[in-house]
Amino acid sequence: MQYYLMLAALLFVIGLFGVITRRNTIGILMSLELMFNAANINLVAFNRYISGDGLTGQIFAIFIIVVAAAEATIGLAIVLLIYRNWRGIDTDSYSVMKW
Amino acid sequence: MSDPGSVGIAFWILSAIVLISGLLVVSLKNIFHCALFLMLCLTGVAGIFILLHAEFLAAAQVLVYVGAVSVLMIFAVMLTSNLARKKIVQTNQNALVAFVSCVAFVVGALWLIKGTEVWKFATEALPANNTMTIGKLLMTEFMLPFEVVSVLLVAAMIGAIVLARGEEA
Repeated sequence: MQYYLMLAALLFVIGLFGVITRRNTIGILMSLELMFNAANINLVAFNRYISGDGLTGQIFAIFIIVVAAAEATIGLAIVLLIYRNWRGIDTDSYSVMKW
Repeated sequence: MSDPGSVGIAFWILSAIVLISGLLVVSLKNIFHCALFLMLCLTGVAGIFILLHAEFLAAAQVLVYVGAVSVLMIFAVMLTSNLARKKIVQTNQNALVAFVSCVAFVVGALWLIKGTEVWKFATEALPANNTMTIGKLLMTEFMLPFEVVSVLLVAAMIGAIVLARGEEA
């Protein structure tokens, strides 16, 4: 149980590091997926070891997967739009919010 | 799979795969290689789910993440990035601060996990038929969240189409 939580914490921190340090927007989205997966590992591990009968943690993990898929779809559509307008998707190439 | 020794060995191998490929995802220079290692990492997480007796979730992970999200990422990388410029710097100047704060965070989290001795472990086993139980729960107890999340998916799909369509259509 503790080892699963440690794995999830390490994976979450790797994703957090990626979100902070990446310059490419797609890289940031990938690191976000890592953080979502760390949360999922935590939910499923708690469901396996703490909750006993009942699968509430796994249901929550399914909802997280769905929301992450929706987030990735919208995020990548926005990335395509940014690329079309600015010819680049580095985060410092589109620093204006209003034109 | 039932005896603890093989489960332990499988856990160490899978977590090594997950952590190493996760590190490569956030540290490699070529964003395309990052997407491929992201697929490997998500497959490893699916293996972890199988170890935790969440077979349906592992299948959903492989279908949604490895099958759909990663392919979407690869499409976006190929549509937007200039892969010929291999030497492009992928990190910004926050790297040192980010590294220090992340190390502080993970040390704190591991210390908390290690220091908590009073895990109240459940004694009864999980329901045997994983997929059937999840399906029944989704149709009875979690009916409203299920419907809400499908509305969210439809909204996301329409939004993505409208955003990516462009002005000429």
